Amino acid sequence: MFDTTGAKKLVEIRDLKMHFPIRSGLLRRVTGAVKAVDGVSFDIYEGETLGLVGESGCGKSTCGRAILRLYDPTAGSIRLEGEEIATAPFDKLRRLRPKMQMVFQDPQASLNPRMTVAGIIGEPLMEHTRLSGADRLARIYELMDAVGLNRDFANRYPHEFSGGQRQRIGIARALALNPKFIVCDEPIAALDVSIQAQVVNLLEELQDRLGLTYLFISHDLSMVRHIADRVAVMYLGRVVELAPRDALFADPKHPYTTALLSAVPEPDPASHDDAERIILQGDVPSPANPPKGCNFCTRCPQVMAICRQIDPEIREIAPGRFVACHLHDQDTQKTAAHAAEPTEV
Amino acid sequence: MTDTADRTAKAAPSLEAYRPPRNQWWDVWDQFKTHKGALFGLGFFVFTLLFVFIGPLIWTIEPQYIDIRARNAGPSLAHPMGTDQLGRDTMARMMAGGQTSIAVGLTAMALALVLGTLVGVLAGYFKRLDGLLMRTTDLFLAMPLLPLLLVTIMLFRDPLRANFGPEGGIFILIVVMIGVTSWMQTARVVRAEVLALKEREFVLAARSIGTPSHRMITRHLLPNVMSPIMVSATLGIANAIITESALSFLGLGFPSDFPTWGRLLFDATDWLMQNPERVIWPGMAISLTVLSVNYIGDGLRDALDPRIRGR
Repeated sequence: MFDTTGAKKLVEIRDLKMHFPIRSGLLRRVTGAVKAVDGVSFDIYEGETLGLVGESGCGKSTCGRAILRLYDPTAGSIRLEGEEIATAPFDKLRRLRPKMQMVFQDPQASLNPRMTVAGIIGEPLMEHTRLSGADRLARIYELMDAVGLNRDFANRYPHEFSGGQRQRIGIARALALNPKFIVCDEPIAALDVSIQAQVVNLLEELQDRLGLTYLFISHDLSMVRHIADRVAVMYLGRVVELAPRDALFADPKHPYTTALLSAVPEPDPASHDDAERIILQGDVPSPANPPKGCNFCTRCPQVMAICRQIDPEIREIAPGRFVACHLHDQDTQKTAAHAAEPTEV
Repeated sequence: MTDTADRTAKAAPSLEAYRPPRNQWWDVWDQFKTHKGALFGLGFFVFTLLFVFIGPLIWTIEPQYIDIRARNAGPSLAHPMGTDQLGRDTMARMMAGGQTSIAVGLTAMALALVLGTLVGVLAGYFKRLDGLLMRTTDLFLAMPLLPLLLVTIMLFRDPLRANFGPEGGIFILIVVMIGVTSWMQTARVVRAEVLALKEREFVLAARSIGTPSHRMITRHLLPNVMSPIMVSATLGIANAIITESALSFLGLGFPSDFPTWGRLLFDATDWLMQNPERVIWPGMAISLTVLSVNYIGDGLRDALDPRIRGR
């Protein structure tokens, strides 16, 4: 889907870094940092769904949370409609909050057990609008209708609902202020398969109706293939590949993406058994101590000498296709020559 | 599955129009009513309150009135709870003593609770304050209570008496001292709970909405730390009443002729053989009041938790 390049950029993320300090010793000195997100840059266009995939612990959720300033990023810039979020003071941030919302992974944990559904969905309205009690209730009912919850549930508490219903409550809360941008942090990971489809369809339907923009974080590649317009693949705190969905699934450029896609199960048992899977060796390196050069060099099946020396920059190899890999450097030879001298790339 | 549930619910004829959100205190009361112990406790506590506060209006004998000829009498129509060694009416003294004991218990508990919750929430929520506040808590925990009380009472008794009258001054002193020396357990428990709650996703969700810290605390944290606060509150009342008794016994509390339940109990121990009922009345009053408050706390804790409610 290359036409998105013509659309307006809603969110621009530049060189976002989120490092968590490691403290040790008697004096709790900072002795290192877990580089959960280490220099991520991408844009999200208005009205699209950007899928963010990667294995557990690669920094997907941290990235999503840092974009909404739920964490204070270590470095980098996040712009929502041109307004800086990463360094905004509390008041300005509070003004920007209604435009960006989040749907959380665990519908059980993301709802306050002591509040009724009406209280939970009404909280954003209490914070950001001056609606009267009756108007607020009307809006709450409207939202409950929008996500397919019975209005009679308004007085109930979260523990009285199934996982799918709870996730709907979470979605209704995220929609309350008419946001433009919603970060969906693995919204379906905690649900069983029959409910997953319902929730994803609901998210798609709401997107069509309300013109929402999603950052859809997931490790479920088939679900991302279903919902996303473009897909970003993360590995160890970096985006290694960013491409339109169909292009990415048809022809992955980065060896990690190739390996990831080959792990998707086939519905047909025969072809499932025959599939040539790329089994990556070893474990993900610790984000506190990433390898020199390319983060993926320790497990890459196509590793080259240069990969252990120089960290590949993410570059556009075709319109809309970004890859961070030396295999796709036009001038690999040239940079290899440079690798002998320790120069900054 | 969810859809079918929704549909059946929608298909059901809407006998009642959608009920507007009901004040949740009604739900709390409904649940509280189902807790037999709590209801019984509440009944007894109300009865005690009526006895000590309304009783003196009906039973008009002065607690300080000495009728030396009727001394050491057992229960009779003239003195339903008997008299003490000076012939003072025990029932009148129980009423007057109860007023002080319950007032000390409730106020000292409230003070300890407010202090403990404040310190606990601040230490748990704001990382910068954690070290300072928790070390202060440790300091208070390590402080020997009795010498501290002795010193403060020596230092402040006279100025307080001068300003608030002999009883009022001692009341303030005792309440403040008990409150100030018993908030630490609450603070620790509350801090631990807040630390755990702070990492839950619903707090993160509230932050993504832009809820400021004070409303985060009042709306999301405090309701969820209600259970441990409730428990320490009910235990706190018992502790305060008993500490006050001990102080009176040591001669550090109220003046010796000023009745409190603790004072009556200790005075009566000397006459245990002759008049055992004189020990039983205040002893029973203290333990039953404490027990009833504990049951009320138990019922309230259950009633305030929506997960238990309606079971």
